Amino acid sequence: MTTTSQLTESPSLRRPALLVYLLLGIAFGIVLTKSEVLSWFRIQEMFRFQSLRMYEIIGSAVVTATASVALIKRLRLKSAYGEAIAIPPKQLGTGIRYAVGGTIFGLGWALTGACPGPLFALVGAGIPVLAVAILSALLGTWIYGWLRPRLPH
Amino acid sequence: MSAWGSGLWPWYVAGPLLGLFVPALLIVDNKLFGFSSNLRHLCSALVPGEVEFFRYDWRKTGLWNLVFMSGTLIGGFLATHGGTPHDVAISMQTRVSLAKLGIHDFTGIAPRELFTWHALLTLRGFVCVVVGGFLVGFGTAYAGGCTSGHAISGLADLQPPSLIAVIGFFAGGVAATYFVLPLLF
Repeated sequence: MTTTSQLTESPSLRRPALLVYLLLGIAFGIVLTKSEVLSWFRIQEMFRFQSLRMYEIIGSAVVTATASVALIKRLRLKSAYGEAIAIPPKQLGTGIRYAVGGTIFGLGWALTGACPGPLFALVGAGIPVLAVAILSALLGTWIYGWLRPRLPH
Repeated sequence: MSAWGSGLWPWYVAGPLLGLFVPALLIVDNKLFGFSSNLRHLCSALVPGEVEFFRYDWRKTGLWNLVFMSGTLIGGFLATHGGTPHDVAISMQTRVSLAKLGIHDFTGIAPRELFTWHALLTLRGFVCVVVGGFLVGFGTAYAGGCTSGHAISGLADLQPPSLIAVIGFFAGGVAATYFVLPLLF
């Protein structure tokens, strides 16, 4: 009971949208699993250029997302809460963070066979040892945060 | 047989569905589809320390995404328990390449030779799980995004930084595949 009343008192939690995010997350986990993009085997097939499948999936995802974003901008659509939809631009800077950070992530992607979303879906899908990879990823993120002032960006 | 139970979804269903998470989250409440921010939010919620990168209101910025993340785990569970389990039908070429490497068990979604509690105590299991996980966390935080945030959301908004990041993803992935994995077997 205490938890329930605390939950209803918190303004951010009162937004009905939280359930929407849960459902979208569930849908995301299902798509990742049913399409096998979370499979270490599929990631190997992709990085060895031995099948078009992953490229077709990522390519059609990018095309769909690009067309949707263009349409949203063209129609000046508003969000369900009535705000103008805007995507904040990423700062290019020297570009080092994207090249170096991206390459470091790529190394990890091939070893674990999973990007962050799939890591969580895989734990649900019955590969519990990947919870260790998630903890290790949290450590990696934390070390980055700590080193951040000393790293080139 | 229903689409649910019939196993693998074709690329032209899976790809567009993945792309639709970008407009869906924008329309729901102006949220940008990006999964790796959750690693930062979790650090901020659990062990912010004195690190400036983690000193922000994670509930305000990231609660929606952490809820999405919990859903992803549940979705993985539902999808594997809703149909008949089947092996990942990778190409014969990949089977041959992986067999040369030392992977012989092709059952399940990830090789048991690398991703079991027992394998964690071997060099290759440790490197793939612990070192790999660390690089995923460090790299996505440094690059400011992962496959969802850069490859899908960033490219969809035609942002040059995301293109650099995606080229890095593939450079790193190919390097690990050809130069790191062979050292582990």
